[in-house]
Amino acid sequence: MFIIKRVEFSASHACRNPQLSDEENRALFGSAANPNGHGHNYTLEVTVAGEPDPVTGMVMDLKELKAILNRDVIDPYDHRFLNYEVPPFDRVVPTTENIAVDIWRRLKPQFENGRPRLHAVRVYETPDLFVDYFG
Amino acid sequence: MIRLTRKYQFAASHRLHSDQLSPEENRETFGKCNNPFGHGHNYQLEVSVRGEIDSTSGRAIDITAFDRVVNDHVLLPMHHANLNTDIEEFAALVPTSENLGRVVDRRLREAWQSAFPRGPELDGIRIYETERSIIELAGAR
Repeated sequence: MFIIKRVEFSASHACRNPQLSDEENRALFGSAANPNGHGHNYTLEVTVAGEPDPVTGMVMDLKELKAILNRDVIDPYDHRFLNYEVPPFDRVVPTTENIAVDIWRRLKPQFENGRPRLHAVRVYETPDLFVDYFG
Repeated sequence: MIRLTRKYQFAASHRLHSDQLSPEENRETFGKCNNPFGHGHNYQLEVSVRGEIDSTSGRAIDITAFDRVVNDHVLLPMHHANLNTDIEEFAALVPTSENLGRVVDRRLREAWQSAFPRGPELDGIRIYETERSIIELAGAR
């Protein structure tokens, strides 16, 4: 069974690779390469897989999941300029794809014993664009 | 592997009617959707691709090129169109959401290889006829 928890964070980013020239970044990312950055209201959906515990009826304690998401994702990401304030985005372009991978890396250690299991991370940059990462 | 999904809208009209059924059978099978004058929907289309993240761009796909393929092969022909009369695949095929899904999927798959020879792969599509009525083809979640 899957349970999905949705949270939001707002952050700014600039889609540029520091190894490329200004011109190359503009060609690759268009207006999203503006070095001053721009922002989004991101929505994160985290899917956890497991069986309901026979005593509690829960796949996972949602208070605990909320605390993990707050500590490992919302606190570091919310109201930040990702390129400057949130490693590894000083080196890695903060595209939606890379954000999903980074969030997975931050969350995975909390699910190491495999019960419940981290199944998927979905990041919406806008309502019309999202990515899914399964590790 | 990462999956990226983009959402699009198009508005089109259709009439659910099969020439292989009698007028009575058509009314029975399709109900209000068989109204001879047709009716319309604001369709939403989700297209998912799957692939690896390019280390230079940090992207799994060039979004502009992605939009262009969907625009050229689906949105431009289907937006503000009558599916029964304006889309050739529906000359002899009932334009239900299920068949629309097959047609859209086939159009995208035919265009995909030349547009994205080095990937990513087309993963699947989802069509919302209304907020409450949704079909899904292949890998799309």
